[in-house]
Amino acid sequence: MNESADASPAISVKNLRVSYGEREILHGISFDVHRGETLVILGGSGSGKSTLLRTLVGLEKPVGGEVWIKGVNIAQVSEDELDEIRKKMGVSFQGGALFGSMTVGDNVALPLREHTSLEESTIEIMVRIKLEQVGLASFEDFMPSELSGGMTKRAAVARALAMDPEILFFDEPSAGLDPIIAAGIDELILDLKKAYAISMVIVTHELASAFLIADRMMLIDRGDIIAIGSKAEIAASTDPRVRQFLDRVPEPQVEDELNYLQMLTGDRKSAR
Amino acid sequence: MKTERITALPDRVGLETLKGLAYLGGLARLAGESAYITFIGPFRGQRLRPQRAFHQGMAVGVQAIPIVSLISFFVGLIIALQSAYELRRLGAVQFVADTVAISIVRELGPLITAIIVIGRSGSAFAAEIGTMKVTEEVDALKTLAIRPVAFLVAPKFLAMLVMVPCLTIWADALGVLGGCLFGVGAANFTFVSYLQATRDALVLRDITTGLAKSALFALVITVVGCQEGFSTGAGAEEVGRSTTSAVVTSIFLVILVDLVFTALFYATNLG
Repeated sequence: MNESADASPAISVKNLRVSYGEREILHGISFDVHRGETLVILGGSGSGKSTLLRTLVGLEKPVGGEVWIKGVNIAQVSEDELDEIRKKMGVSFQGGALFGSMTVGDNVALPLREHTSLEESTIEIMVRIKLEQVGLASFEDFMPSELSGGMTKRAAVARALAMDPEILFFDEPSAGLDPIIAAGIDELILDLKKAYAISMVIVTHELASAFLIADRMMLIDRGDIIAIGSKAEIAASTDPRVRQFLDRVPEPQVEDELNYLQMLTGDRKSAR
Repeated sequence: MKTERITALPDRVGLETLKGLAYLGGLARLAGESAYITFIGPFRGQRLRPQRAFHQGMAVGVQAIPIVSLISFFVGLIIALQSAYELRRLGAVQFVADTVAISIVRELGPLITAIIVIGRSGSAFAAEIGTMKVTEEVDALKTLAIRPVAFLVAPKFLAMLVMVPCLTIWADALGVLGGCLFGVGAANFTFVSYLQATRDALVLRDITTGLAKSALFALVITVVGCQEGFSTGAGAEEVGRSTTSAVVTSIFLVILVDLVFTALFYATNLG
């Protein structure tokens, strides 16, 4: 091992611009993910955080800027080279995205069967290890449709861990889960932090989870980074947009009484 | 305003033509990629996933045998009845065997088999891949460094290329048997004499052109079904739409390919 004190960031994003057709979603953002750290990306709906995650894992191609992972700019690289990088990354999708036609065990084993020439018996053992790590020991023969929401997420994490990745991505890990199960997922993420030196990028809008699991946090609003820093820095921020997000203040409602009356009593077709 | 309405129709025609050509281009690209993975990939060190192809082959071919048998048998019987209706006026009912043989082996065997496979497997491909697209399973495959075309489409491609011609041969046999039922029952044939008449009516070219068409049909059905699946938008309604579109487009393209190659065989005397 000659990576003694490798201080280069795990991910380096420079001036990233991503568009869907005509609409620009990310307006030239730049940030780094340091090795071994857990970066939580916070943002409201439509802020562009899901687009950012998809771009980081290569599912979207940016229209401008660079994304450096393992010394390669994945924004301008061939599909083959991108696949090589992906073998060192693990992604846990919002709904789990488990393959419904295979058992949980086969789901976790799939990357091992596809990318390694390990013996089937070895693969089986590795599957059991990964499932045990996420708390799903002895669930190998269950079909994804037989799992609850929390178990599906755990299985998805096990599959993301199958190839021992260097970077883990989570898309809304607590979405749709009740608080107790969501806390269980937070626990799982903390356990993984302790057990491995993985860098983690977690996209979420759940504040409680974010403050529990993050090393650094980054707030995105309408395609721009409005804050990035350690947990303490973000919590103490005086930026009004950050405070609005953290203090859960809804958008102000502009009450115009005349317009309100007009809406209630006016003709549908008249345009006065 | 007037000029806009006059140019509106040619605009539409132009746009639809371009969209249609783009669609065909997408199909050709998918076909090319699948063919490369299936036939050239193994020599370049890529996996072939025979287990998945086998599983697909069972679903596409083996499980279709009952329905293909019944339908081909009935179609053979129908052709016999319809041709006998006219032939007996000419006192030539013994040519029923020839008519059934040529119609089934050259045309109806491949075509009816293709339509059954479209209904069973073309729709299934679109629905399966469409649902996977909606649930982000296709994205998950990409992030696991597994190419969706190699994993999802190539096994189906191989299975269809093997199974559809086999089903066609089986359909041909059962169509002839259907005609045989009529021949023996109402046209003074014996079982053996009908089969002999069938054999005498057919040339090898009849069978090979039928099989060539069935292989092309297999290609079209696979590629259309999978392409529609991949282009599914978000939501259950989209899966329904793309499944319907897969079936309708497959039927149309299969008949188009049928016309082109039947005319080709006719004009060049190759078949």
